[in-house]
Amino acid sequence: MNAGIITPYRPRVRPGHSGFAQLLHSEWTKLRTVRGWIIGLLLVPVMTVGFGAFISSSSECGSMAPGPAGQLVSVPCTAPVGPGGGLVEDQFYFVHQPVAGNGTITARVTALTSSSLQPWAKAGVIIKANTAQGSAYAAMMVTGAHGVRMQWNYTQDTPGMTGPVSAASPRWLRLVRSGDTVTGYDSADGLRWNRVGTVTLAGLPTTVQAGMFATSPQPSSGAQRQEAGHAIAVTGTLDHAGVAGAAAGRWEGTSVGARPIAGGPAGFQQTASGFAVTGNGDIAPDVGSGAGSTGTPVSHTLAGLFLGLIVAIVIGAMFVTAEYRRGMIRTTLTASPGRGRVLAAKATVAGAVTFAGALIGCAISVPLGERLLRDHGNVIEPVSALTAVRVVAGTALVFTAAAVLAVALGVIFRRGAAAVTTAIVVIVIPWFLAVSSPALSTTAADWLLRVFPSAALAVQQTFPRYPQVNSPYHPFDGFYPLSAWAGFAVLLAWTGAALWLAVFLLRRRDA
Amino acid sequence: MSLLRGTPRPASPLPAAPKTAPQRDDRDAPRSLAFRNMEATIEVTGLRKRFGQTPALDGMTFTVEPGQVTGFVGPNGAGKSTTMRVILGLDAPDAGTALIGGHPYRTLRHPLSHVGSLLDAAALQPSRSARNHLLWLAHSQGLNAKRVDEVVDAAGLRAAIRRKAGGYSLGMRQRLGLAAAMLGDPPVLMLDEPFNGLDPEGIVWMRGFLRSLAAEGRAILVSSHLMSELQDTADHLVVVGRGTVIADARVADLIAAASADRITLRTAARSEAMGALAQAGATVAATGPDVLTISGISSERAVALLTANAIPFSEVSAHRATLEEAYMELTRDSVEFRAAQETQGAL
Repeated sequence: MNAGIITPYRPRVRPGHSGFAQLLHSEWTKLRTVRGWIIGLLLVPVMTVGFGAFISSSSECGSMAPGPAGQLVSVPCTAPVGPGGGLVEDQFYFVHQPVAGNGTITARVTALTSSSLQPWAKAGVIIKANTAQGSAYAAMMVTGAHGVRMQWNYTQDTPGMTGPVSAASPRWLRLVRSGDTVTGYDSADGLRWNRVGTVTLAGLPTTVQAGMFATSPQPSSGAQRQEAGHAIAVTGTLDHAGVAGAAAGRWEGTSVGARPIAGGPAGFQQTASGFAVTGNGDIAPDVGSGAGSTGTPVSHTLAGLFLGLIVAIVIGAMFVTAEYRRGMIRTTLTASPGRGRVLAAKATVAGAVTFAGALIGCAISVPLGERLLRDHGNVIEPVSALTAVRVVAGTALVFTAAAVLAVALGVIFRRGAAAVTTAIVVIVIPWFLAVSSPALSTTAADWLLRVFPSAALAVQQTFPRYPQVNSPYHPFDGFYPLSAWAGFAVLLAWTGAALWLAVFLLRRRDA
Repeated sequence: MSLLRGTPRPASPLPAAPKTAPQRDDRDAPRSLAFRNMEATIEVTGLRKRFGQTPALDGMTFTVEPGQVTGFVGPNGAGKSTTMRVILGLDAPDAGTALIGGHPYRTLRHPLSHVGSLLDAAALQPSRSARNHLLWLAHSQGLNAKRVDEVVDAAGLRAAIRRKAGGYSLGMRQRLGLAAAMLGDPPVLMLDEPFNGLDPEGIVWMRGFLRSLAAEGRAILVSSHLMSELQDTADHLVVVGRGTVIADARVADLIAAASADRITLRTAARSEAMGALAQAGATVAATGPDVLTISGISSERAVALLTANAIPFSEVSAHRATLEEAYMELTRDSVEFRAAQETQGAL
C-alpha cells in the first residue's frame, strides 16, 4: 500500500498539467468543500427572493371607495397606457367637440394663471382620438416657463415661440389635421403663422375630439408635494376659438382622467369674449414619481438584493480572509507561486458562483415581485423583454463585480471584518441611503450613486427621463444619475482598482 | 500497514547515495524541462532579512544534500522558519539567494513535484475534511484523487480522512501535513518541527518515514529546537543561532569530536583513581557516584596506571557522546549564540 510513497528517488508521480485551469479547479474545490460557504451561496438567491417578496407584498397601492352595498372596498391603482406602450399621465380639463375627417382648430391664449404657476403648466388646443385616458393626441400649448410647445403622444415635445404669454403678448395656436398627420402652428398676431411641427398619429380615427385644454403638474419637490385634494390648478384664458371642418359646433366640457378622490378645481367658463379653462394633472409620460404618478418601476421587485448582496460580499471576502486567518495562504502560495494568478483564480471562482446564485435569485424575484405587486394594487411599468433581461442579468453582474471587489478587499485587509465592513460601506450603504428613502435630497443621493460602486445598480433603471416632465427623478423612484452601463463602469473601476492594489500588495508582502 | 504501527519501513532496495544525486532513469519523457533538470538540493547563500530593527537572518548559508536527513537546529527564533519561508518564496530576503536544484522556488512550474513542505500543521480550514484539503492541493498541481488516496495511506490517515480537519489532534495534523508534502512525490522535503505534537509512537514512525525517504535519495531538511528528536534520524546537522549558521557538519563527525578521546571509568575508589590519573596528566571529571570521565590519556595508559596503583575498577570504556552533548559542545564557545539564547530567554 505504500507503493505510492516509497519509490526510487526519481519521482514516480509525474507532475500533472499545472495551468490556470488547474488553479481554477483547485479554488473551486476549496469553495465547494466548506459547507458554510455553500449554504451562504444558496442564501444569495434565497435572501434576494425572500426579502424582495416581502417588500413587494407590503407595497400597497390604491384607495378605499364606497362599493355597491355602501361598504368601503379597495380600488387598485390604475395608470393609463399611451400609444407607445408606456405608462402615461393623462389628466386635464378638456373643452371639446367632435370633428369628422380633416379639420383645423385655432385659439388665442391671452393668459395663463395659477396660485402657483408651474413651469410645465399648460393650456392650448388639442386634437385627441377620444376622451379616454391614454388615447393618441397632438397639442399646441403655452406653458408656465417654457414658451409655446407642440407635444404629442405623451412623450414627444418640440418648442415653438419663446417667452411668457400675456394680454399684451398673446399666442395664437393652431392644429391642422390631414389624415393621420397633424401640423402645429403658432403666431403672435393670427396673421403670420409659423409651422412648429408635423407629426403622425398612427390609427387616428375619422372622428376626433378637438378643442381647448388646461392642466398643471404638481410641484416636483417633495416638500411642496401636496395631496390630490389640494391640487394646484392652472387657468388658461382663450379666445378666438374656432373649429373648421365637419364639427358639431357645440363645446362640451370633460374632466379627462378624473380620479375618484376630488382632483382640485377643474372646469370651464364661457364668456362673451372667450373661455377660461381650469385643470390640474398632466398630459405626459409617467416617470414613476411625482404626485400624478402611479407606475411602479420593475426595480422594486429587486429590493431584496440588499440582503443578497451582503451575503455575496461576506462570501467573497471570507474566501480570502479565511486563508489568512489560518495561515493557509502560505500553503496556497507554496502550491501556486504565481500570486497574481492565484488572485485571478479566486476572483474568477467567487465571481462565477455569485453570478449563478444572483442570476437565479433575480430571475425569480422579478416575475414573483411583479405578481405580488399587482396583487397589492400596484401598476407596474411595462418594459420590453430586452430591458427585463438587462435588469436581471445586469443586477447579477453587479453581484458578481461586488463579490470580486470583496475578494480584492480581502487580500488588501487580510481580515474578514475589515474587508466585509469596507465592502458594505462602499457598495451597499450608499445605495441603501439613496434608494431606500426620499428623505435624502436628489442632489445628495445622485452624488452617492455617481461616486460609489452602488452606481452600478443603474442597470435597474427603466423609466426614461423627459425634459418636459418636472420630477424629482430621485433614486428612490428608480432614477439613477448615470446610465445603466456608465453606472456599471463605476463599479468596474472600483473593482479594477482594488484588484490592482491587491495584486500589488500580494506580490510585495511576505506571505 | 507498518507505517500505521509506527515501525520504520525497511529502506528501499535503492541504496542511499549520500553527497551525490543518484543517476536518474530518463526513459519516460518528462513533461517539463525544469523538472528533468532538477537536482535534489537546497542551496542557501548569504540570506539576510530584517523585521523592523530585528535581524532575523544574518548571512545564513548552507546546502542540503540528497540522500540524507539534514537536521536544522537552533533555539526558537534562530531563523529556522524564516529561512524555510524564504526558500519557499513566501518571504523575500533583503539579500542572498535560496535555490531548489539551482532554481528559485517561484520559477518552478510544478513546485510540489520539486519540494514538499510542511510549515505549519495547523494551517487548515477547520470545517473542511482532511481529504478535501489534500484534494484542492492535488487539483492545483493537476493531480487526481487517486494520488490523494496514496499519500493518505502512506501517512496512516485512511481511517480519519473524511473527518473535518478542525477535529484533528496536532499529531494527526502533522501526518496530514506530511501527506500534503508527499503529494507531488518530491525529491526535496522541507519540514518545520514535524515532531511537535507527536506521541512517542508517532515520533518513532516519523523517524522511520524520514529515514526511508532519505534512503531513496531524497534531500530532507527537518527543523527542530530539540536535539533529542533528531537523534538517530539526522545524518547531517546545520546548527543555527541568531540568524546565522554556527555549525554545519555530519552527525557522525560531531559525535566523534564530542566523544573525542574520552574514557568512562567505573570504580568504587573514586578519589584514589582521580589522584593517580590527574598526576599522570589526565583531565578527570566525576560524572556519577562511581563514574569518572577522563580525557587526555589513552584507555591502555589509564588501565596500566590503575593496575600499577592497585586501584580497583569495574569498567573502562570509550565514552560515546549523545547528540545533545555534541550540540552543547558545539555551542559552548559560541558567545554570540549564548547571547542569542539569553535574548530568547528574556523574551
